[in-house]
Amino acid sequence: MFNNVYRLTGVRQIERLTTSTDLNTPGKVIVRPTLMSICRADERYYTGTRDKEVLAARLPMALIHEAVGEVVRDNTGTFTPGTKVVMIPTHAHGHDNLIADNYLRSSTFRSSTEDGFMREYVTIEPESLIEIPAGAQSTMNAFLEVVSVAVQAVRRLQETMINRQDKIGIWGDGNVAYMTAVVAREMFPESELYVFGKHQEKLDFISFANTVQIDEVPADLKLDQAIEAVGGRGSEAATNQIIDIINPRGAIVLSGVSENPVAINTRMVLEKGITLAGTTRSSREDFQTAIDLVANNHAVKERLELLVQNVKHVTEIKDITDAFDEDLTMNWGKTVLDWHM
Amino acid sequence: MIYAQVMAGGIGSRMGHTERPKQFLNLADKPIIIHTLEKFSLIAEFDKIIVSIHPKWMQYAKDLIAKYIDDQRIVVIEGGAERNDTVMGAINYIKDNFGLNADDVLVMHDAVRPFISRRIIMDNIEAAKVYKAVDTVIGATDTIVRAKDGMITDIPVRDEMYQGQTPQTVNITAFETQYNNMTEEERNILSDSAKVMLLAGHKVGIVAGDESNIKVTRPYDLRIANIIARENLDVQ
Repeated sequence: MFNNVYRLTGVRQIERLTTSTDLNTPGKVIVRPTLMSICRADERYYTGTRDKEVLAARLPMALIHEAVGEVVRDNTGTFTPGTKVVMIPTHAHGHDNLIADNYLRSSTFRSSTEDGFMREYVTIEPESLIEIPAGAQSTMNAFLEVVSVAVQAVRRLQETMINRQDKIGIWGDGNVAYMTAVVAREMFPESELYVFGKHQEKLDFISFANTVQIDEVPADLKLDQAIEAVGGRGSEAATNQIIDIINPRGAIVLSGVSENPVAINTRMVLEKGITLAGTTRSSREDFQTAIDLVANNHAVKERLELLVQNVKHVTEIKDITDAFDEDLTMNWGKTVLDWHM
Repeated sequence: MIYAQVMAGGIGSRMGHTERPKQFLNLADKPIIIHTLEKFSLIAEFDKIIVSIHPKWMQYAKDLIAKYIDDQRIVVIEGGAERNDTVMGAINYIKDNFGLNADDVLVMHDAVRPFISRRIIMDNIEAAKVYKAVDTVIGATDTIVRAKDGMITDIPVRDEMYQGQTPQTVNITAFETQYNNMTEEERNILSDSAKVMLLAGHKVGIVAGDESNIKVTRPYDLRIANIIARENLDVQ
């Protein structure tokens, strides 16, 4: 069978390419993507704002690592056709008992170090799929991957921190910070949650936690633990602000990606005995937790559905580029591709 | 019920001196008809996928399909001498084996268009809920001229010109009624199912085809198809 793959070939240039696949590929499942969503990382490739060397090495490449779909054929007998599944973008090429696949240097990742999900059909291994039960199905499933990343960040905090969790802070007012806050609300039900951001209009979407503008932090506010979900140029100021505010022996999970080195106040890290922990992407277990949270808690599902701010019906390449362009102009929320290619 | 019909009744007269009909020639290491059938096989909406084959090649086709695809919905039947006969062959097969319901539709596709996309098939199925007949077309990029006896008689406005591809989709009952009303001559001349339905006074909806949905009928097409088929073997 010929399969269409939609690859980014240059700045804002998406082209269809034809590949040949076998229906009967042993050990594989064929999935029809149904919903996808656009990540900032995809946009950095799309707009050509990654380093020239990175672009030269990775393009052409199919974008999108946030996607769900429907099984149309399974040569492994794991899923029945019609099953709704989330597709895990981390592709492990080896395992380590102590280190999760998402941290292994040998793992590849969709829309980064291998082609993403923007295809007519995806041929994938069953270990990279998890069923989405009927109760969890929703347009927000498109970005379950990001929810799983939030789960991983919160889990990293849980496994790193000392046992003190009265007040927890999350830095960032974007989509990832919002999802991290939604997840933290459930995984730290007894804690007081504070979300710190620069833009009040974005913080105003959060009604389930306290919000604080970063230039109006009350002098007496101290936190036990924190997650940084700012990234980019804001990483430095955010991390240093956390170091200032956090209590001694606090843990800071760093989840925001920065293209440049970040200068932080290590003197205070030393003096307070602060623990810094990095987190990236997510594991299969995190995906399962994310699905369970959405399936079993209606409030979580509705809070996440608020992020669906733009749904684009996609039947031709122009719809894809329009969606990426529209997404760039959005202040808050996610662009979901209702995929019919 | 939604039926698919993959038309492979030809014997390859346009391909030059090939050993086998064009639909059986290899493209990216697999027969063209297999590529096409695999695409149809992934559409759960089809209740049956009928393959119409020239009588001489029926057993060959059955063996070939069995070798590549394990889809119980696929059946091989005999194609007719003309296109309308081939369509009626499928309709009679459906009537004999499953009976006919008023809203049953038949999605007909050329076996030699292996680059058909899921989107085009699904658009046909959707449009068939609105129209008794659906045609798959792409806007003309070249100017279309009408000519007779070596001279142009008309140059139609290009924006209104489209080129027909397949699938073509019909409401089975409506098609059969019209077929029964046509003269023998009309049945032989009207080789296009959309035209048959137009003649019956039905509105024929269009869905967007694709420039890649090419028909592999001549050696030149096969060369182009081979290039497309191998254009991206590095996709992971």
